[in-house]
Amino acid sequence: MALPLPSAPAALRRRRRREHARTLAFLSPWLIGFGVFFAYPLVSTVYFSFMRYDGFTAPTFAGLRNWDYVLTRYPFFWQGLGNTLWLVAVMVTLRVAFGLGIGLLITKVKTGAGLFRTAFYLPYLAPPVAATMAFAFLLNPGTGPVNHLLGELGLPQPGWFTDPAWSKPALTLLAMWGVGDLMVIFMAALLDVPREQYEAAELDGAGPWQRFRYVTLPAISPIVLFAVVTGVIQTMQYYTQAIVAGKVASGVIGGSGQQFEPGYPHGSTWTLPQMVYSLGFQRFDTGSACVVAVILFALSMAFTSVLLRRRSGLLGED
Amino acid sequence: MALASSLPARTAVRPSASLARRRAVLHWVAVHSLAVAAALFFLLPFVFVFLTSVMSDQQALTSDLWPHRWRWDNYLTVWRTPGFLTWWRNTLLYAGAGTLLTVVSSLPVAYALARFRFRGRHLALTAVVAMMMLPPQVTVIPMYLFWAKQLHLTGSLWPLVVPMLFGDAFSIFLLRQFLLTVPREYLEAARIDGCGELRTLLRVVLPMAKPAVAAVALFQFFSCWNDYFGPQIYASENEGAWTLSYGLESFKGAHHTNWNLTMAATVLVMAPVILLFFLAQKAFIEGVTLTGVKG
Repeated sequence: MALPLPSAPAALRRRRRREHARTLAFLSPWLIGFGVFFAYPLVSTVYFSFMRYDGFTAPTFAGLRNWDYVLTRYPFFWQGLGNTLWLVAVMVTLRVAFGLGIGLLITKVKTGAGLFRTAFYLPYLAPPVAATMAFAFLLNPGTGPVNHLLGELGLPQPGWFTDPAWSKPALTLLAMWGVGDLMVIFMAALLDVPREQYEAAELDGAGPWQRFRYVTLPAISPIVLFAVVTGVIQTMQYYTQAIVAGKVASGVIGGSGQQFEPGYPHGSTWTLPQMVYSLGFQRFDTGSACVVAVILFALSMAFTSVLLRRRSGLLGED
Repeated sequence: MALASSLPARTAVRPSASLARRRAVLHWVAVHSLAVAAALFFLLPFVFVFLTSVMSDQQALTSDLWPHRWRWDNYLTVWRTPGFLTWWRNTLLYAGAGTLLTVVSSLPVAYALARFRFRGRHLALTAVVAMMMLPPQVTVIPMYLFWAKQLHLTGSLWPLVVPMLFGDAFSIFLLRQFLLTVPREYLEAARIDGCGELRTLLRVVLPMAKPAVAAVALFQFFSCWNDYFGPQIYASENEGAWTLSYGLESFKGAHHTNWNLTMAATVLVMAPVILLFFLAQKAFIEGVTLTGVKG
């Protein structure tokens, strides 16, 4: 009679252990991936940021020298950080505003909604290199169609990717062309706003602007926050478009040996991620490249932590 | 009298009804004009790129918008450019293998994160999101050194494809968001029928998760197809391992005055992605909403 009693917890323990093993088995691809492609390189990056290393001869301890070099003597750090912050502030704001506008517009379209939605969405799919090449051609100051049309209309014709004052606005225009992802997200959110709230607001005499301000905006504010924060994180990684635009506009691309002026024109499209590439893979200054990488990591994770706040509901915990 | 008394009533009702109708028509016209204007902004770049791709070399350097003569052979010229076919093959290989491996390795992880209760679950989920948001440039230097010095595999597609064996954070996240919406009853029914977790995942959950799996596959395919940073780092030293997005840029270098050929190449790189979208539009749009809005 006493026998089954001790065996029950043992069976329970065995079941627990089996469940544990099962969980580990299911998670194992990602657990390995996390270690090999996240934790290990991250720790190494921090380690290398304190080492003098050219990628060939053995690394030697450098203390804070790389940090001192990047922050005080490397001539392009603050310019790159400034450009990145410019893009974060202007590009993200305009993209979210424009994406919301296009999302609102598509919910109001009665005829041909599917066609319009596809038209608005397509540019988002264009491969970044191809899209950037297309815009480098379209915004080509001499012969591009855009300046041609602006000329016909008697408007000023900016130098776009060849003018430091216009290169970041040109990149912003390119980013707004690819706003289709935000349009879809906002469209779904807008369709979820309860219709009764609009009717109630209308009965209270609210005009279109007031309905937008007091009904729509509060209802979709979590999505706006999501779009802003993911936009900021994406823009911190902004790389392909900036580098391709600079190369095409400066005429120095492809081939070997040709050194292209980073951030052409006049460093105006130079960003933090390009700095990692340039320092690490062109100047073989691994230590300084890792300093920039650590700074990039710290900035990105600061913004990610906003997303992870329960309030934004990204994880949808039950 | 009867007629006269009905008149004021009719004049009182009818103007407001027709006013409402007129306002509705005006609203329709305003919305659709705005939509047409927006459509022009989104579509004209494609049109200009295409028109330039069929111009002659000389005309592409002028600001004429319409081709004098349609030079379809530009596409043939691009197609026959040395390397172009290799870039295609490499891109298909990278995107195809990458997509397959990502789905196979991410699905069980997403299932565990959505369904199993274990200690550290929240931590694991937070780590997935952190990985998803990590700029690739943060970890690239140790990773490059690892592939170059330890494995001697740079200048090939291996460093691009192999990591897909170990799950992709974005795909895991998207799949998990979907799996949370699968009703518990289905899983309990499967358990009562004696299914193990793996069988439940493959036989019960997978058929229901088809739209999410399709979305993940498409996203991963596009992200490999569009990747420029990865191929630039790992494959650039060997022209035989270049992909389309890396090759396209160097194509412009080799034909730096030929905007017509460059735009034809651009069209050829964009076309498959656009085509694939038209074939799988629904899955794609569902996927975008799933990552952004649920929860």
